[in-house]
Amino acid sequence: MTALLAIENLGKRFGGLAAVQDLSFEVAEHEILGLIGPNGAGKSTLFNLINGVFKPDSGRVVFRGADITGMAPYLVARAGLARTHQIVQPLGAMSVRENCTVGACFGRENLPLAAARQIAEEVAVFVGLGDRLDVPASQLTVAGKKRLELARALSAQPTLLLLDEVLAGLNPTEVERMIAVIRRIRERGVTILMIEHLMQAIMSLSDRIVVLNTGQKLAEGSPSEVANDPAVIEAYLGDPELAAEFRGALA
Amino acid sequence: MKAVEAKKPGLAAGGVLRRPFFWIMAAIVAAFAVAPSIGNDVELREDLLLAAVYITLASNINLILGYAGYVNFGSIVFFGLGGYFTVYFMSALGWNLVAASLIGGLAVSALAYAFGLGILRLRGAYFALATIGVNEAVQAFVTNFTPWGAGTGIYLSTELFLPLGGPAQALWVIYYALVGVMGLSLYLSYFIKISKFGLGLRAIGENEDAAAVLGVPTPRYKTMVYCVSAFLPAVAGGLYFFKGAFIQPIDAFDLNFSTEAIVTAMLGGQGTVLGPALGAYVYEQLRSWLLTSDTFANFQLVISGALLLVIVLFAPGGLMGWLYRRWPGLRKVLE
Repeated sequence: MTALLAIENLGKRFGGLAAVQDLSFEVAEHEILGLIGPNGAGKSTLFNLINGVFKPDSGRVVFRGADITGMAPYLVARAGLARTHQIVQPLGAMSVRENCTVGACFGRENLPLAAARQIAEEVAVFVGLGDRLDVPASQLTVAGKKRLELARALSAQPTLLLLDEVLAGLNPTEVERMIAVIRRIRERGVTILMIEHLMQAIMSLSDRIVVLNTGQKLAEGSPSEVANDPAVIEAYLGDPELAAEFRGALA
Repeated sequence: MKAVEAKKPGLAAGGVLRRPFFWIMAAIVAAFAVAPSIGNDVELREDLLLAAVYITLASNINLILGYAGYVNFGSIVFFGLGGYFTVYFMSALGWNLVAASLIGGLAVSALAYAFGLGILRLRGAYFALATIGVNEAVQAFVTNFTPWGAGTGIYLSTELFLPLGGPAQALWVIYYALVGVMGLSLYLSYFIKISKFGLGLRAIGENEDAAAVLGVPTPRYKTMVYCVSAFLPAVAGGLYFFKGAFIQPIDAFDLNFSTEAIVTAMLGGQGTVLGPALGAYVYEQLRSWLLTSDTFANFQLVISGALLLVIVLFAPGGLMGWLYRRWPGLRKVLE
């Protein structure tokens, strides 16, 4: 296993709050790594540190062997790392096609406009937005906007995809379809680091799981190892109901 | 997939030439050039000359306002500085009009690049305020800059009109040159809109943070568009002040003109190519009527203020937005 992304002793403080502290882990090529943890554990902050939205106070982010710590987001994108946002960020007045074309144009391949449009259309069809190509992004449903986030990121033809709660707010049918899409993305050879609150989904999708709590790594391992880790059960699954769901997901 | 590909008009010259809008712009420029020439109509020429200046200013401010979503309240600084460079190059260094206005335009673009590096770190209202600051600072500098005549300005000798065939003919030459600059402004706006650069700018206009995450090189694109949007207004300023044979700071850096450029772009429909031109033309006609009517002398600024309010509140898409809603098919024809 070669590490595609290495997080090394990463730290970020917001005033008195340590959002991420001394965090280290690696994402191997072609794997799906799930990132879980209670609200406020620092998951989204970690994504923002990885793709350059925030500069870390300490530590390094190494992507494909190159140090990308604190690099501007557009340079990180160009390097082949794409992400979706937990709170969707559509380019509202622009069509689905144009949104995806932006991703394809300015992503890893840095494509010219015509080639980018073609990729954009293919990807939009792939995530199930093929019939909405000319619809302004602002007019999509919540599920549609989530798909658009994914489509835009995929249009960049990234090596590594960061997914920030792409399943949140979707109904069970939509979740099902989205999971299928994520599996197919991985089959295409894209490595995925994903944050998800939906236990069943993340347990079944992930090869490995990293558990964060108060900005620190609490546990790391296969879904079953993590689910049976006493520290995880104690801190994260202190809630008996959630613990049951967690176990149930594995059963 | 093949069928889809064939339908896509590429960026190649052939593809653009097959688009009706390319020829609509050509028709507008031709109409401007021909209309006053028929019967040597000097009055119409002066009217259209001002319209061409307004269209140039509106089209260029639209690049940053309409595409990238940045409100530049001080765009007139480009026009004024272009005027100063041109007038200075001609009077002090004896350059001809073409060289003076083009080099003047390049000099202003270079300055815009430098200003842009500083103020484009700001967003929203802070950016808008900074652009006013740039205009005021430049005006204050020029007012105290002796080589440029400080507060009194620079007068041009009428002898400078002789190479253009004397004053009467020079006015026609300047008019055609300004119509040319207007045409270039339209085509510049169009080619940016249909380019990858334009796509990136529009992404910035929609959501700058999301655009950066998608890989749009936001600092470079913003600086580039600010710089590019300075060139043609500066050339127009050079021609305009050469025509008047006089330039002084209060005329060159008149913020009212800046505000009018924004109003006209929004009136026509920011973010479209034709909209700002349409808005500028309509506004200029309205303005000249208000200026000549006894009741409404100098009333055009009140009107522009009220117009701005009405557009922002009720018609954010401007005239083009209204046309698109009324006839959705127009979207395909009018950019």
